[in-house]
Amino acid sequence: MSSYWAILSARFRSLLQYRAAALAGLMTQVFWGLIRVMIFQAFYRSSNAEQPMSGSDVETYIWLGQAFLAALPWNVDTDLRAMIRTGGIGYELVRPVDLYSYWFSRALAWRTAPMLMRAVPLLVFAFVLMGMSPPVSLGAGLAFAVSMCAAIMLSAAMTTFLNVTMLWTIAGDGVMQLTFGLIMIFSGMLVPLPLFPDWSQPVINAMPFRGLVDTPYRLYLGHIPLSEFAGVLAHQLFWIMAFLIAGRIAMASALRKVVVQGG
Amino acid sequence: MSQIVVEDLVKRFRISERDPGMMGAVRGLFRRRYQTVDALDGVSFSIEPSELVGYIGPNGAGKSTTVKVMSGILVPDSGRCEILGRVPWRRRNEHVKELGVVFGQRTQLWWDLPVIESFDLLRDIYRIPRVEYVANRDEFVEVLGIEACLDVPVRQLSLGQRMRCDLAAALLHSPAILFLDEPTIGMDAVSKIAFREFIKRFNEERGTTVILTTHDMDDIEVICDRVMVISDGMIISDGKLEDLRKKVSIERRLVVELEDGAVPAVHPRAVIAGSERGRVDIRFDPDVVSATELISDVTSRNRVRDIFVENPPIEELIARIYEGQGR
Repeated sequence: MSSYWAILSARFRSLLQYRAAALAGLMTQVFWGLIRVMIFQAFYRSSNAEQPMSGSDVETYIWLGQAFLAALPWNVDTDLRAMIRTGGIGYELVRPVDLYSYWFSRALAWRTAPMLMRAVPLLVFAFVLMGMSPPVSLGAGLAFAVSMCAAIMLSAAMTTFLNVTMLWTIAGDGVMQLTFGLIMIFSGMLVPLPLFPDWSQPVINAMPFRGLVDTPYRLYLGHIPLSEFAGVLAHQLFWIMAFLIAGRIAMASALRKVVVQGG
Repeated sequence: MSQIVVEDLVKRFRISERDPGMMGAVRGLFRRRYQTVDALDGVSFSIEPSELVGYIGPNGAGKSTTVKVMSGILVPDSGRCEILGRVPWRRRNEHVKELGVVFGQRTQLWWDLPVIESFDLLRDIYRIPRVEYVANRDEFVEVLGIEACLDVPVRQLSLGQRMRCDLAAALLHSPAILFLDEPTIGMDAVSKIAFREFIKRFNEERGTTVILTTHDMDDIEVICDRVMVISDGMIISDGKLEDLRKKVSIERRLVVELEDGAVPAVHPRAVIAGSERGRVDIRFDPDVVSATELISDVTSRNRVRDIFVENPPIEELIARIYEGQGR
Protein backbone atom coordinates (compact mmCIF):
# COMPACT_ATOMS: atom_id res chain seq x y z
CA MET A 1 0.00 0.00 0.00
CA SER A 2 2.70 2.44 0.95
CA SER A 3 4.21 2.63 -2.53
CA TYR A 4 0.89 3.62 -4.08
CA TRP A 5 0.37 6.18 -1.37
CA ALA A 6 3.85 7.53 -2.16
CA ILE A 7 2.95 7.81 -5.85
CA LEU A 8 -0.30 9.56 -5.09
CA SER A 9 1.41 11.98 -2.77
CA ALA A 10 4.25 12.71 -5.22
CA ARG A 11 1.84 13.39 -8.05
CA PHE A 12 -0.27 15.53 -5.75
CA ARG A 13 2.72 17.61 -4.75
CA SER A 14 3.90 18.08 -8.29
CA LEU A 15 0.42 19.21 -9.36
CA LEU A 16 0.22 21.75 -6.55
CA GLN A 17 3.00 23.61 -8.30
CA TYR A 18 0.67 24.71 -11.06
CA ARG A 19 -0.72 27.67 -9.20
CA ALA A 20 -1.11 29.96 -12.21
CA ALA A 21 -3.22 27.32 -13.95
CA ALA A 22 -5.32 27.03 -10.80
CA LEU A 23 -5.84 30.77 -10.66
CA ALA A 24 -6.79 30.95 -14.33
CA GLY A 25 -9.12 27.99 -13.88
CA LEU A 26 -10.69 29.63 -10.87
CA MET A 27 -11.43 32.85 -12.75
CA THR A 28 -12.90 30.96 -15.69
CA GLN A 29 -15.07 28.87 -13.42
CA VAL A 30 -16.37 31.94 -11.55
CA PHE A 31 -17.16 33.58 -14.87
CA TRP A 32 -18.95 30.54 -16.27
CA GLY A 33 -20.78 30.08 -13.00
CA LEU A 34 -22.13 33.62 -13.25
CA ILE A 35 -23.25 33.11 -16.83
CA ARG A 36 -24.94 29.80 -16.06
CA VAL A 37 -26.70 31.24 -13.03
CA MET A 38 -27.99 34.16 -15.13
CA ILE A 39 -29.24 31.84 -17.85
CA PHE A 40 -31.18 29.76 -15.35
CA GLN A 41 -32.56 32.86 -13.60
CA ALA A 42 -33.88 34.09 -16.94
CA PHE A 43 -35.31 30.67 -17.66
CA TYR A 44 -37.07 30.46 -14.28
CA ARG A 45 -38.46 34.01 -14.56
CA SER A 46 -39.89 33.38 -18.01
CA SER A 47 -41.90 30.36 -16.97
CA ASN A 48 -44.65 29.90 -14.42
CA ALA A 49 -44.86 26.14 -14.82
CA GLU A 50 -43.76 24.16 -11.83
CA GLN A 51 -40.17 22.95 -12.22
CA PRO A 52 -38.72 19.73 -10.82
CA MET A 53 -36.11 21.78 -8.98
CA SER A 54 -36.35 25.20 -7.32
CA GLY A 55 -34.41 28.16 -8.69
CA SER A 56 -32.22 28.49 -5.62
CA ASP A 57 -31.46 24.76 -5.66
CA VAL A 58 -30.35 25.07 -9.27
CA GLU A 59 -28.03 27.92 -8.34
CA THR A 60 -26.41 25.92 -5.54
CA TYR A 61 -26.15 22.95 -7.90
CA ILE A 62 -24.36 25.16 -10.40
CA TRP A 63 -21.90 26.55 -7.86
CA LEU A 64 -21.09 23.08 -6.59
CA GLY A 65 -20.48 22.09 -10.18
CA GLN A 66 -18.15 25.03 -10.75
CA ALA A 67 -16.28 24.30 -7.53
CA PHE A 68 -15.69 20.62 -8.30
CA LEU A 69 -15.37 20.92 -12.07
CA ALA A 70 -11.73 19.83 -12.08
CA ALA A 71 -12.71 16.54 -10.45
CA LEU A 72 -14.52 15.46 -13.62
CA PRO A 73 -12.71 12.95 -15.84
CA TRP A 74 -12.52 15.55 -18.59
CA ASN A 75 -8.93 15.02 -19.69
CA VAL A 76 -6.15 12.46 -19.78
CA ASP A 77 -3.04 12.75 -17.63
CA THR A 78 -0.76 15.05 -19.63
CA ASP A 79 2.38 13.57 -18.08
CA LEU A 80 1.35 10.09 -19.11
CA ARG A 81 0.50 11.31 -22.57
CA ALA A 82 3.95 12.86 -22.94
CA MET A 83 5.51 9.63 -21.68
CA ILE A 84 3.56 7.53 -24.14
CA ARG A 85 4.55 9.82 -27.00
CA THR A 86 8.23 9.92 -26.20
CA GLY A 87 8.66 6.35 -25.00
CA GLY A 88 9.37 7.42 -21.42
CA ILE A 89 6.54 5.03 -20.64
CA GLY A 90 9.24 2.36 -20.63
CA TYR A 91 10.19 3.52 -17.16
CA GLU A 92 6.63 3.01 -15.94
CA LEU A 93 6.84 -0.59 -17.07
CA VAL A 94 10.02 -1.44 -15.19
CA ARG A 95 8.69 -0.64 -11.73
CA PRO A 96 7.93 -3.50 -9.36
CA VAL A 97 4.37 -2.32 -8.80
CA ASP A 98 0.99 -3.27 -10.11
CA LEU A 99 0.78 -0.89 -13.05
CA TYR A 100 -2.97 -0.46 -12.86
CA SER A 101 -2.89 0.52 -9.19
CA TYR A 102 0.06 2.76 -9.95
CA TRP A 103 -1.86 4.59 -12.66
CA PHE A 104 -4.98 4.71 -10.54
CA SER A 105 -3.01 6.44 -7.78
CA ARG A 106 -1.74 8.93 -10.33
CA ALA A 107 -5.27 9.52 -11.59
CA LEU A 108 -6.59 10.06 -8.10
CA ALA A 109 -3.99 12.76 -7.51
CA TRP A 110 -4.62 14.18 -10.99
CA ARG A 111 -8.32 14.55 -10.14
CA THR A 112 -7.99 15.84 -6.59
CA ALA A 113 -5.05 18.26 -6.53
CA PRO A 114 -6.34 20.73 -9.16
CA MET A 115 -9.88 20.34 -7.81
CA LEU A 116 -8.91 21.22 -4.25
CA MET A 117 -6.95 24.27 -5.34
CA ARG A 118 -10.01 25.62 -7.13
CA ALA A 119 -12.82 24.34 -4.92
CA VAL A 120 -11.91 26.06 -1.68
CA PRO A 121 -11.74 29.65 -2.94
CA LEU A 122 -14.69 29.12 -5.27
CA LEU A 123 -16.93 27.81 -2.49
CA VAL A 124 -15.95 30.75 -0.29
CA PHE A 125 -16.85 33.10 -3.13
CA ALA A 126 -20.18 31.38 -3.77
CA PHE A 127 -21.18 31.32 -0.10
CA VAL A 128 -20.17 34.87 0.70
CA LEU A 129 -21.14 36.73 -2.46
CA MET A 130 -23.62 34.54 -4.33
CA GLY A 131 -25.85 33.37 -1.53
CA MET A 132 -25.13 29.68 -2.07
CA SER A 133 -26.95 27.62 0.55
CA PRO A 134 -25.33 25.12 2.94
CA PRO A 135 -26.37 21.43 2.93
CA VAL A 136 -30.01 21.06 3.81
CA SER A 137 -29.23 19.04 6.95
CA LEU A 138 -26.26 17.52 8.76
CA GLY A 139 -27.24 14.12 7.37
CA ALA A 140 -27.40 15.54 3.86
CA GLY A 141 -23.97 17.10 4.37
CA LEU A 142 -22.46 13.77 5.43
CA ALA A 143 -24.19 11.90 2.61
CA PHE A 144 -22.82 14.51 0.21
CA ALA A 145 -19.29 14.05 1.59
CA VAL A 146 -19.43 10.27 1.19
CA SER A 147 -20.99 10.48 -2.25
CA MET A 148 -18.47 13.12 -3.33
CA CYS A 149 -15.63 10.76 -2.37
CA ALA A 150 -17.31 8.07 -4.45
CA ALA A 151 -17.66 10.57 -7.31
CA ILE A 152 -13.91 11.24 -7.18
CA MET A 153 -13.14 7.51 -7.13
CA LEU A 154 -15.44 7.05 -10.11
CA SER A 155 -13.74 9.92 -11.89
CA ALA A 156 -10.30 8.45 -11.16
CA ALA A 157 -11.43 5.02 -12.44
CA MET A 158 -12.75 6.64 -15.64
CA THR A 159 -9.59 8.72 -16.02
CA THR A 160 -7.45 5.62 -15.65
CA PHE A 161 -9.54 3.88 -18.26
CA LEU A 162 -9.04 6.82 -20.63
CA ASN A 163 -5.31 6.87 -19.85
CA VAL A 164 -5.13 3.19 -20.73
CA THR A 165 -6.80 3.79 -24.09
CA MET A 166 -3.82 5.99 -24.95
CA LEU A 167 -1.70 2.84 -25.07
CA TRP A 168 -3.56 2.14 -28.31
CA THR A 169 -4.29 5.55 -29.71
CA ILE A 170 -1.10 7.30 -28.53
CA ALA A 171 -2.74 10.72 -28.57
CA GLY A 172 -6.01 10.16 -26.78
CA ASP A 173 -7.60 13.30 -28.25
CA GLY A 174 -10.37 11.53 -30.14
CA VAL A 175 -11.47 9.38 -27.22
CA MET A 176 -11.30 12.40 -24.97
CA GLN A 177 -13.56 14.53 -27.13
CA LEU A 178 -16.11 11.77 -27.39
CA THR A 179 -16.28 11.22 -23.65
CA PHE A 180 -16.11 14.92 -22.85
CA GLY A 181 -19.47 15.53 -24.52
CA LEU A 182 -21.09 12.55 -22.82
CA ILE A 183 -19.80 13.59 -19.43
CA MET A 184 -20.86 17.23 -19.71
CA ILE A 185 -24.39 16.36 -20.77
CA PHE A 186 -25.17 13.25 -18.77
CA SER A 187 -23.43 14.07 -15.49
CA GLY A 188 -25.59 17.15 -14.94
CA MET A 189 -22.74 19.55 -15.46
CA LEU A 190 -24.47 21.41 -18.30
CA VAL A 191 -28.07 21.24 -17.12
CA PRO A 192 -29.08 19.68 -13.77
CA LEU A 193 -30.39 16.20 -14.52
CA PRO A 194 -33.87 16.68 -12.90
CA LEU A 195 -34.56 19.25 -15.62
CA PHE A 196 -34.20 16.65 -18.37
CA PRO A 197 -37.44 15.25 -19.88
CA ASP A 198 -39.16 12.54 -17.86
CA TRP A 199 -38.82 9.91 -20.58
CA SER A 200 -35.04 10.27 -20.51
CA GLN A 201 -34.70 9.85 -16.76
CA PRO A 202 -34.43 6.01 -16.66
CA VAL A 203 -31.63 6.08 -19.25
CA ILE A 204 -29.80 8.92 -17.54
CA ASN A 205 -30.16 7.25 -14.17
CA ALA A 206 -28.66 4.02 -15.43
CA MET A 207 -25.62 5.65 -16.99
CA PRO A 208 -22.48 6.07 -14.90
CA PHE A 209 -22.09 9.83 -15.43
CA ARG A 210 -24.67 11.06 -12.92
CA GLY A 211 -22.48 9.56 -10.20
CA LEU A 212 -19.90 12.24 -10.93
CA VAL A 213 -22.09 15.30 -10.36
CA ASP A 214 -25.79 14.85 -9.96
CA THR A 215 -25.81 12.25 -7.17
CA PRO A 216 -23.66 14.10 -4.62
CA TYR A 217 -25.11 17.53 -5.41
CA ARG A 218 -28.71 16.43 -5.04
CA LEU A 219 -27.88 14.69 -1.77
CA TYR A 220 -26.47 18.05 -0.65
CA LEU A 221 -29.69 19.80 -1.62
CA GLY A 222 -31.88 17.12 -0.08
CA HIS A 223 -33.34 16.69 -3.56
CA ILE A 224 -32.43 13.03 -3.18
CA PRO A 225 -33.78 12.15 0.28
CA LEU A 226 -31.54 10.31 2.73
CA SER A 227 -33.80 7.28 2.42
CA GLU A 228 -32.49 6.85 -1.14
CA PHE A 229 -28.86 7.38 -0.17
CA ALA A 230 -27.95 3.68 -0.08
CA GLY A 231 -29.43 3.14 -3.53
CA VAL A 232 -27.61 5.98 -5.27
CA LEU A 233 -24.37 5.14 -3.50
CA ALA A 234 -24.70 1.56 -4.71
CA HIS A 235 -25.12 2.91 -8.24
CA GLN A 236 -21.87 4.85 -7.87
CA LEU A 237 -20.03 1.86 -6.39
CA PHE A 238 -21.29 -0.40 -9.16
CA TRP A 239 -19.86 1.90 -11.82
CA ILE A 240 -16.61 2.35 -9.93
CA MET A 241 -16.17 -1.42 -9.95
CA ALA A 242 -17.17 -1.62 -13.60
CA PHE A 243 -14.54 0.93 -14.64
CA LEU A 244 -11.88 -0.63 -12.42
CA ILE A 245 -12.45 -4.00 -14.04
CA ALA A 246 -12.69 -2.60 -17.57
CA GLY A 247 -9.51 -0.60 -17.01
CA ARG A 248 -7.63 -3.63 -15.76
CA ILE A 249 -8.74 -5.76 -18.68
CA ALA A 250 -7.88 -3.04 -21.18
CA MET A 251 -4.48 -2.53 -19.62
CA ALA A 252 -3.65 -6.24 -19.57
CA SER A 253 -4.55 -6.56 -23.21
CA ALA A 254 -2.65 -3.38 -24.17
CA LEU A 255 0.50 -4.53 -22.40
CA ARG A 256 0.48 -7.77 -24.31
CA LYS A 257 0.99 -5.94 -27.55
CA VAL A 258 2.45 -2.67 -26.45
CA VAL A 259 4.94 -0.98 -28.71
CA VAL A 260 7.12 1.47 -26.92
CA GLN A 261 7.68 4.52 -29.07
CA GLY A 262 11.10 5.61 -30.11
CA GLY A 263 14.64 4.38 -29.53
CA MET B 1 23.76 -21.27 -15.64
CA SER B 2 24.36 -17.87 -17.13
CA GLN B 3 22.69 -14.87 -15.59
CA ILE B 4 21.12 -13.81 -18.86
CA VAL B 5 20.17 -16.28 -21.55
CA VAL B 6 18.68 -15.14 -24.82
CA GLU B 7 17.92 -17.70 -27.49
CA ASP B 8 16.63 -17.19 -30.96
CA LEU B 9 14.61 -14.13 -30.07
CA VAL B 10 12.27 -12.87 -32.78
CA LYS B 11 10.22 -9.69 -32.67
CA ARG B 12 8.31 -8.22 -35.59
CA PHE B 13 6.57 -4.90 -35.75
CA ARG B 14 3.76 -4.00 -38.05
CA ILE B 15 4.11 -0.46 -39.26
CA SER B 16 1.22 1.21 -41.03
CA GLU B 17 2.08 2.96 -44.24
CA ARG B 18 0.30 5.43 -46.39
CA ASP B 19 0.88 6.98 -49.75
CA PRO B 20 2.15 10.54 -49.70
CA GLY B 21 -0.07 13.49 -50.46
CA MET B 22 -3.71 14.29 -49.92
CA MET B 23 -5.07 11.32 -51.86
CA GLY B 24 -2.84 8.98 -49.91
CA ALA B 25 -4.08 10.45 -46.65
CA VAL B 26 -7.71 10.04 -47.70
CA ARG B 27 -7.13 6.48 -48.87
CA GLY B 28 -5.42 5.77 -45.56
CA LEU B 29 -8.66 6.59 -43.76
CA PHE B 30 -10.33 3.58 -45.33
CA ARG B 31 -7.64 1.09 -46.03
CA ARG B 32 -4.42 0.70 -44.11
CA ARG B 33 -1.42 -0.99 -45.55
CA TYR B 34 1.06 -2.54 -43.20
CA GLN B 35 4.68 -3.33 -43.53
CA THR B 36 6.37 -5.89 -41.33
CA VAL B 37 9.74 -5.06 -39.88
CA ASP B 38 11.90 -7.74 -38.30
CA ALA B 39 13.30 -5.89 -35.33
CA LEU B 40 14.85 -9.05 -33.95
CA ASP B 41 15.51 -11.93 -36.28
CA GLY B 42 16.89 -14.75 -34.14
CA VAL B 43 19.06 -13.09 -31.54
CA SER B 44 21.01 -15.35 -29.18
CA PHE B 45 23.61 -14.67 -26.52
CA SER B 46 24.32 -15.36 -22.89
CA ILE B 47 25.87 -13.15 -20.27
CA GLU B 48 27.60 -14.10 -17.03
CA PRO B 49 27.29 -12.19 -13.77
CA SER B 50 29.31 -8.96 -13.53
CA GLU B 51 30.15 -8.80 -17.22
CA LEU B 52 30.42 -5.39 -18.87
CA VAL B 53 28.86 -5.79 -22.28
CA GLY B 54 28.67 -3.22 -25.02
CA TYR B 55 25.80 -3.70 -27.43
CA ILE B 56 26.20 -1.74 -30.61
CA GLY B 57 24.67 -1.48 -34.03
CA PRO B 58 23.27 1.09 -36.44
CA ASN B 59 19.97 2.84 -35.75
CA GLY B 60 17.05 0.49 -36.09
CA ALA B 61 19.23 -2.61 -35.81
CA GLY B 62 17.33 -3.93 -32.80
CA LYS B 63 19.44 -2.79 -29.84
CA SER B 64 16.67 -1.08 -27.93
CA THR B 65 14.19 -3.79 -28.82
CA THR B 66 16.49 -6.37 -27.24
CA VAL B 67 16.85 -4.23 -24.13
CA LYS B 68 13.09 -3.78 -23.92
CA VAL B 69 12.48 -7.50 -24.23
CA MET B 70 15.04 -8.15 -21.51
CA SER B 71 13.36 -5.50 -19.34
CA GLY B 72 10.02 -7.24 -19.68
CA ILE B 73 8.50 -4.27 -21.51
CA LEU B 74 8.07 -6.03 -24.84
CA VAL B 75 6.89 -9.57 -25.42
CA PRO B 76 8.82 -11.26 -28.25
CA ASP B 77 7.04 -13.20 -30.98
CA SER B 78 9.18 -16.26 -30.36
CA GLY B 79 12.38 -17.33 -28.70
CA ARG B 80 13.57 -17.70 -25.16
CA CYS B 81 14.76 -15.11 -22.69
CA GLU B 82 15.61 -15.93 -19.11
CA ILE B 83 17.18 -13.56 -16.67
CA LEU B 84 18.15 -14.89 -13.25
CA GLY B 85 16.03 -17.89 -14.16
CA ARG B 86 12.91 -15.80 -14.83
CA VAL B 87 11.08 -14.95 -18.00
CA PRO B 88 10.95 -11.13 -17.84
CA TRP B 89 7.45 -10.53 -19.21
CA ARG B 90 5.85 -13.38 -17.26
CA ARG B 91 7.07 -12.48 -13.81
CA ARG B 92 7.47 -8.80 -14.38
CA ASN B 93 7.37 -7.55 -10.81
CA GLU B 94 9.96 -9.96 -9.41
CA HIS B 95 12.09 -9.48 -12.48
CA VAL B 96 12.20 -5.69 -12.51
CA LYS B 97 13.26 -5.55 -8.86
CA GLU B 98 16.62 -6.95 -9.95
CA LEU B 99 16.89 -4.44 -12.74
CA GLY B 100 18.19 -0.91 -13.04
CA VAL B 101 17.41 0.92 -16.27
CA VAL B 102 18.58 4.16 -17.85
CA PHE B 103 17.08 5.19 -21.17
CA GLY B 104 18.99 8.09 -22.68
CA GLN B 105 17.05 11.26 -23.55
CA ARG B 106 14.29 10.29 -21.15
CA THR B 107 14.11 10.57 -17.45
CA GLN B 108 12.73 8.42 -14.69
CA LEU B 109 12.72 11.39 -12.34
CA TRP B 110 9.55 13.32 -11.72
CA TRP B 111 9.74 16.41 -13.84
CA ASP B 112 8.18 18.85 -11.39
CA LEU B 113 9.70 17.56 -8.18
CA PRO B 114 13.13 18.12 -6.65
CA VAL B 115 15.48 15.22 -7.39
CA ILE B 116 15.56 14.08 -3.78
CA GLU B 117 11.79 13.56 -3.81
CA SER B 118 12.09 11.29 -6.84
CA PHE B 119 14.73 9.31 -4.96
CA ASP B 120 12.44 9.03 -1.94
CA LEU B 121 9.61 7.92 -4.18
CA LEU B 122 11.77 5.19 -5.69
CA ARG B 123 12.65 4.10 -2.16
CA ASP B 124 8.95 3.59 -1.50
CA ILE B 125 8.25 1.94 -4.85
CA TYR B 126 11.10 -0.55 -4.53
CA ARG B 127 10.62 -0.82 -0.75
CA ILE B 128 14.33 -0.30 -0.22
CA PRO B 129 15.34 -0.82 3.40
CA ARG B 130 16.13 2.50 5.04
CA VAL B 131 19.80 1.75 5.84
CA GLU B 132 20.54 0.50 2.34
CA TYR B 133 18.76 3.46 0.79
CA VAL B 134 20.63 6.07 2.78
CA ALA B 135 23.99 4.37 2.20
CA ASN B 136 23.43 4.08 -1.56
CA ARG B 137 22.03 7.56 -1.94
CA ASP B 138 24.84 9.22 -0.03
CA GLU B 139 27.48 7.26 -1.91
CA PHE B 140 26.03 8.01 -5.36
CA VAL B 141 25.46 11.66 -4.56
CA GLU B 142 29.09 12.04 -3.58
CA VAL B 143 30.68 10.01 -6.37
CA LEU B 144 28.49 11.43 -9.13
CA GLY B 145 28.81 14.96 -7.77
CA ILE B 146 25.09 15.70 -7.69
CA GLU B 147 24.88 17.20 -4.21
CA ALA B 148 23.86 20.56 -5.60
CA CYS B 149 21.12 19.07 -7.80
CA LEU B 150 19.16 17.35 -5.06
CA ASP B 151 16.84 20.19 -4.14
CA VAL B 152 16.34 21.41 -7.69
CA PRO B 153 13.25 20.42 -9.69
CA VAL B 154 14.30 18.07 -12.46
CA ARG B 155 13.08 20.35 -15.24
CA GLN B 156 15.70 22.92 -14.23
CA LEU B 157 18.69 20.57 -14.45
CA SER B 158 21.10 20.45 -17.36
CA LEU B 159 21.13 17.24 -19.39
CA GLY B 160 24.42 16.10 -17.90
CA GLN B 161 23.22 16.71 -14.36
CA ARG B 162 19.93 15.01 -15.06
CA MET B 163 21.52 11.91 -16.55
CA ARG B 164 23.83 11.58 -13.56
CA CYS B 165 20.79 11.82 -11.28
CA ASP B 166 19.03 9.31 -13.49
CA LEU B 167 21.90 6.88 -13.13
CA ALA B 168 21.79 7.23 -9.36
CA ALA B 169 18.03 6.69 -9.45
CA ALA B 170 18.47 3.47 -11.43
CA LEU B 171 20.83 2.01 -8.85
CA LEU B 172 19.26 3.01 -5.53
CA HIS B 173 17.74 -0.44 -5.09
CA SER B 174 21.09 -2.20 -5.72
CA PRO B 175 19.98 -4.08 -8.85
CA ALA B 176 21.90 -7.15 -10.02
CA ILE B 177 21.68 -6.02 -13.63
CA LEU B 178 21.92 -2.57 -15.16
CA PHE B 179 20.66 -1.72 -18.65
CA LEU B 180 21.95 1.49 -20.14
CA ASP B 181 20.25 2.39 -23.41
CA GLU B 182 22.26 5.14 -25.12
CA PRO B 183 22.85 6.90 -21.82
CA THR B 184 25.52 9.35 -22.91
CA ILE B 185 23.64 10.92 -25.83
CA GLY B 186 24.03 14.66 -25.73
CA MET B 187 26.14 14.70 -22.60
CA ASP B 188 29.08 17.06 -22.21
CA ALA B 189 32.58 15.64 -21.88
CA VAL B 190 32.83 16.12 -18.11
CA SER B 191 29.52 14.40 -17.45
CA LYS B 192 30.44 11.57 -19.80
CA ILE B 193 33.68 10.91 -17.99
CA ALA B 194 32.00 11.01 -14.58
CA PHE B 195 29.30 8.70 -15.90
CA ARG B 196 31.72 6.13 -17.32
CA GLU B 197 34.00 6.11 -14.31
CA PHE B 198 31.05 5.61 -12.05
CA ILE B 199 29.78 2.64 -14.03
CA LYS B 200 33.17 0.95 -14.08
CA ARG B 201 33.64 1.49 -10.39
CA PHE B 202 30.16 0.33 -9.53
CA ASN B 203 30.69 -2.83 -11.52
CA GLU B 204 34.00 -3.54 -9.81
CA GLU B 205 32.71 -2.92 -6.32
CA ARG B 206 29.33 -4.60 -6.54
CA GLY B 207 29.64 -7.04 -9.40
CA THR B 208 26.62 -5.61 -11.17
CA THR B 209 26.19 -6.84 -14.72
CA VAL B 210 26.07 -3.94 -17.18
CA ILE B 211 24.66 -3.96 -20.67
CA LEU B 212 25.29 -0.76 -22.54
CA THR B 213 23.94 0.26 -25.92
CA THR B 214 25.59 3.27 -27.41
CA HIS B 215 26.82 5.03 -30.51
CA ASP B 216 29.72 6.52 -28.62
CA MET B 217 32.70 4.26 -29.16
CA ASP B 218 34.58 5.88 -26.29
CA ASP B 219 31.89 4.51 -23.99
CA ILE B 220 32.68 1.04 -25.28
CA GLU B 221 36.43 1.42 -25.09
CA VAL B 222 36.38 2.77 -21.55
CA ILE B 223 33.66 0.59 -20.07
CA CYS B 224 33.21 -2.68 -21.88
CA ASP B 225 35.11 -5.96 -21.89
CA ARG B 226 32.89 -7.56 -24.44
CA VAL B 227 31.15 -6.18 -27.50
CA MET B 228 28.12 -7.56 -29.29
CA VAL B 229 27.29 -6.12 -32.67
CA ILE B 230 23.76 -6.30 -34.01
CA SER B 231 22.66 -5.46 -37.51
CA ASP B 232 19.26 -5.99 -39.11
CA GLY B 233 18.05 -7.90 -36.09
CA MET B 234 20.91 -10.37 -36.04
CA ILE B 235 24.03 -10.58 -33.90
CA ILE B 236 26.91 -10.41 -36.34
CA SER B 237 29.76 -10.33 -33.91
CA ASP B 238 30.20 -11.15 -30.25
CA GLY B 239 33.48 -11.21 -28.35
CA LYS B 240 36.26 -9.22 -26.78
CA LEU B 241 37.00 -5.81 -28.18
CA GLU B 242 40.51 -6.94 -29.19
CA ASP B 243 39.11 -9.96 -30.95
CA LEU B 244 36.70 -7.76 -32.82
CA ARG B 245 39.62 -5.63 -33.90
CA LYS B 246 41.56 -8.65 -35.11
CA LYS B 247 38.60 -10.11 -36.90
CA VAL B 248 37.70 -7.04 -38.85
CA SER B 249 41.04 -5.63 -39.53
CA ILE B 250 44.29 -7.40 -39.48
CA GLU B 251 45.73 -4.24 -40.91
CA ARG B 252 47.73 -2.09 -38.51
CA ARG B 253 49.10 1.38 -38.81
CA LEU B 254 52.62 2.54 -38.21
CA VAL B 255 52.96 6.27 -37.87
CA VAL B 256 56.42 7.65 -38.54
CA GLU B 257 57.68 11.18 -38.10
CA LEU B 258 60.85 11.96 -40.02
CA GLU B 259 63.63 14.49 -39.27
CA ASP B 260 63.72 15.92 -42.76
CA GLY B 261 60.06 15.48 -43.67
CA ALA B 262 60.97 13.45 -46.73
CA VAL B 263 58.97 10.52 -47.98
CA PRO B 264 60.58 7.49 -46.42
CA ALA B 265 61.91 4.44 -48.08
CA VAL B 266 59.76 1.60 -46.89
CA HIS B 267 59.74 -2.15 -46.65
CA PRO B 268 58.36 -3.66 -49.87
CA ARG B 269 55.46 -5.39 -48.09
CA ALA B 270 54.12 -2.26 -46.41
CA VAL B 271 52.12 0.52 -48.02
CA ILE B 272 52.25 4.24 -47.50
CA ALA B 273 48.66 5.28 -47.00
CA GLY B 274 49.30 8.98 -46.69
CA SER B 275 51.56 11.65 -45.32
CA GLU B 276 50.89 14.96 -43.74
CA ARG B 277 53.36 17.53 -42.41
CA GLY B 278 56.15 15.04 -42.01
CA ARG B 279 53.95 12.37 -40.42
CA VAL B 280 53.72 9.31 -42.58
CA ASP B 281 51.01 6.74 -42.22
CA ILE B 282 52.17 3.25 -43.13
CA ARG B 283 49.73 0.34 -43.33
CA PHE B 284 50.92 -3.20 -42.85
CA ASP B 285 49.63 -6.69 -42.25
CA PRO B 286 51.23 -8.12 -39.10
CA ASP B 287 50.96 -11.65 -40.48
CA VAL B 288 53.13 -10.71 -43.44
CA VAL B 289 55.58 -8.39 -41.81
CA SER B 290 55.85 -8.07 -38.05
CA ALA B 291 55.78 -4.68 -36.36
CA THR B 292 59.32 -5.07 -34.98
CA GLU B 293 60.66 -6.05 -38.39
CA LEU B 294 58.99 -3.07 -40.02
CA ILE B 295 60.17 -0.65 -37.34
CA SER B 296 63.79 -1.75 -37.58
CA ASP B 297 63.51 -1.56 -41.35
CA VAL B 298 62.13 1.97 -41.30
CA THR B 299 64.60 3.23 -38.68
CA SER B 300 67.56 1.75 -40.55
CA ARG B 301 66.63 3.45 -43.80
CA ASN B 302 65.44 6.84 -42.51
CA ARG B 303 66.22 9.44 -39.88
CA VAL B 304 63.24 8.95 -37.63
CA ARG B 305 62.14 11.44 -34.97
CA ASP B 306 59.16 9.52 -33.66
CA ILE B 307 57.51 6.21 -34.42
CA PHE B 308 54.49 4.37 -33.04
CA VAL B 309 52.02 1.62 -33.91
CA GLU B 310 48.34 2.46 -33.85
CA ASN B 311 45.18 0.39 -33.77
CA PRO B 312 42.57 1.50 -36.21
CA PRO B 313 39.96 3.63 -34.44
CA ILE B 314 36.97 1.67 -33.29
CA GLU B 315 34.51 3.71 -35.38
CA GLU B 316 36.33 2.51 -38.46
CA LEU B 317 36.05 -1.09 -37.31
CA ILE B 318 32.37 -0.79 -36.72
CA ALA B 319 31.77 0.90 -40.03
CA ARG B 320 33.57 -1.95 -41.70
CA ILE B 321 31.49 -4.59 -39.96
CA TYR B 322 28.28 -2.84 -40.94
CA GLU B 323 29.45 -2.50 -44.52
CA GLY B 324 30.49 -6.12 -44.73
CA GLN B 325 27.06 -7.11 -43.54
CA GLY B 326 25.32 -4.98 -46.13
CA ARG B 327 27.00 -6.71 -49.01
